[in-house]
Amino acid sequence: MATVTTPAPKRASSAPRFRSGLLTGMLILPAGLWYLVLLVAPIAIVIVFSFGQRGATGGYGGGFSLDNYATVLRRPEPILTSLYLALVGTLMCLLIGLPLAYYIATRAGRRKSLFLILLVIPFWTSFLIRTYAWLMILGQTGVAGFIGDLIGAPGFRILGTEWGVLIGLVYGYLPLMVFPIYVTLERMDRTLVEASKDLGAGRWATFRQITLPVAMPGLISGSILVFIPMMGEYVIPQILGYGQVFTMGNALVLRFLESRNWPSGSAQAVALILVMLVSVTGYLWYLNRGRRDRDVSIL
Amino acid sequence: MSAPSIPAELAHRQAGKGRRRIDRGAAAVEIWLRAHTALVYLFLYLPIVVVVVFSFNDTHRRVTDWDGFGLRWYGYVLGNVEIQRYLMNSLIVGLATGIIATLFGTMAALGLQRAPKWFRLPFDALTYVSIIVPELVIALATLVFFASTIGRDGVITSITGVELGFGYHTIVAALTLFNISLVLLLVRARMAGMDRTHVEASFDLFASPWRTFWQITFPQLLPAIVAGFLLSFTFAFDDYLITTFVNGQGTSTLPLYVFSQIRRGVTPATNAIASIMLLVTLGLLIGGQYLLTRNSRRSGGAAVGGVVGMVTEQSGG
Repeated sequence: MATVTTPAPKRASSAPRFRSGLLTGMLILPAGLWYLVLLVAPIAIVIVFSFGQRGATGGYGGGFSLDNYATVLRRPEPILTSLYLALVGTLMCLLIGLPLAYYIATRAGRRKSLFLILLVIPFWTSFLIRTYAWLMILGQTGVAGFIGDLIGAPGFRILGTEWGVLIGLVYGYLPLMVFPIYVTLERMDRTLVEASKDLGAGRWATFRQITLPVAMPGLISGSILVFIPMMGEYVIPQILGYGQVFTMGNALVLRFLESRNWPSGSAQAVALILVMLVSVTGYLWYLNRGRRDRDVSIL
Repeated sequence: MSAPSIPAELAHRQAGKGRRRIDRGAAAVEIWLRAHTALVYLFLYLPIVVVVVFSFNDTHRRVTDWDGFGLRWYGYVLGNVEIQRYLMNSLIVGLATGIIATLFGTMAALGLQRAPKWFRLPFDALTYVSIIVPELVIALATLVFFASTIGRDGVITSITGVELGFGYHTIVAALTLFNISLVLLLVRARMAGMDRTHVEASFDLFASPWRTFWQITFPQLLPAIVAGFLLSFTFAFDDYLITTFVNGQGTSTLPLYVFSQIRRGVTPATNAIASIMLLVTLGLLIGGQYLLTRNSRRSGGAAVGGVVGMVTEQSGG
């Protein structure tokens, strides 16, 4: 018996291990190739191009200089506009999203999943459709016309202004703010609130000292999840801002497609990603300053 | 013994006083919370309702001038050969992206489970990068990449003499990137919640790994795989940004047509197309969400977050 069984597991364990390594590789290979060819390579090309010069007929003409980055710094308006819109938009999402997440987590009871599904549906329907719908609502025959009549200013506009773009941004990304806050509040130990009230703390003190610190990780990841896509948004400023609110997205498309200046556009794309990284890192550093116990990262 | 009783009594009295004082304020807070929630949901659904309602507007004038209920514009849209072609293109792109992303994403999730850590960490980093980098940057980078490899003056074109150019293949390839990551995260989250005892029992009963996979693992992963397919189909079907940069002659999709229309002004026809798109994607999404939550052992609340829930939980740190 023993002489038969002892060699068998040895052979059985070495052969499948080889095959299993091969199998693992085969399983990962297609996705890995996709990442290499369609993520790493394009981004690498953009980084290389950002140091080059425009070709005679557009495109890329080789060379190495920092001129494109100098141009980005010389005309920082699109970056500043995007940064401003993303910051205000994130703040608005925060102010609207926190009470909503709080309500769903603590007051919705058995209808909790209904509230969440109702939050998911708009988020997963076509971005384009949800954005252009505001053209009908905010136009001269809609809200803007109404407000214009009300305040006696017939030329009052929302579309084509930063307000129009902000409404679109908040509308588009609000669910991304609500979900992480909801998740943290849902996990909160409700007895802490009871304890705080029993100890005589007021509602505001309880909120500030118990609920807000508990919700903090959710607020942070929500802010980052909302801020990043808002920075790089193109469709919303294009539709609701009539392209007149000139963001980073507009600048990028203009460089790449209309003036076909790939190196200059590439430098702007790299700058956009750098600004995002710096803002997010700075934000996390600011929140973590002076403490070691709370470590929040985006990955 | 008597010392603690005084503060306790004091605290009790204070709490009682506090409660009475809070009551009226608490009611106000409850009302405000409820009103806020109702207003936010109104805000979220108003645009969708407006699109659907005005798609039934039987008017030849401006889209917001209501001229009675009618299906005139649905007839126009469904009978228009050009729009039919765009719809067909959207379906082709959605199906191809959905199938490829689901297959490769699921395979990668299964493979990564067995991969060594030094490989898994950079791979995971790429997964997150593909999701976090703004779609516009991915779209432009991919455009430049395709143009300088398989475009008219591309490297591969000049070596082989064959110009692949832009078309379905470039759209599907570019859209598949994000969706592979999406499926990967969905399937992996499902794996994390999976019961290992069945797999072990299967091995103990001398079933082959192959058989164990198809009889035990696969059925358990199926909801995530189906949901992954439906979501990636939806994203590809609805996509505007990437598609607009990497499409080729005759492969324009429905969202591109809608975008070109709204630049000239929204019409009831635009709303009818949009409503049809909403019907397709919402039907699939509700089906997918149902599959995701039906078999999940966690409470409905946690599972409803779906992809968003998973991505945010990952990113919450």
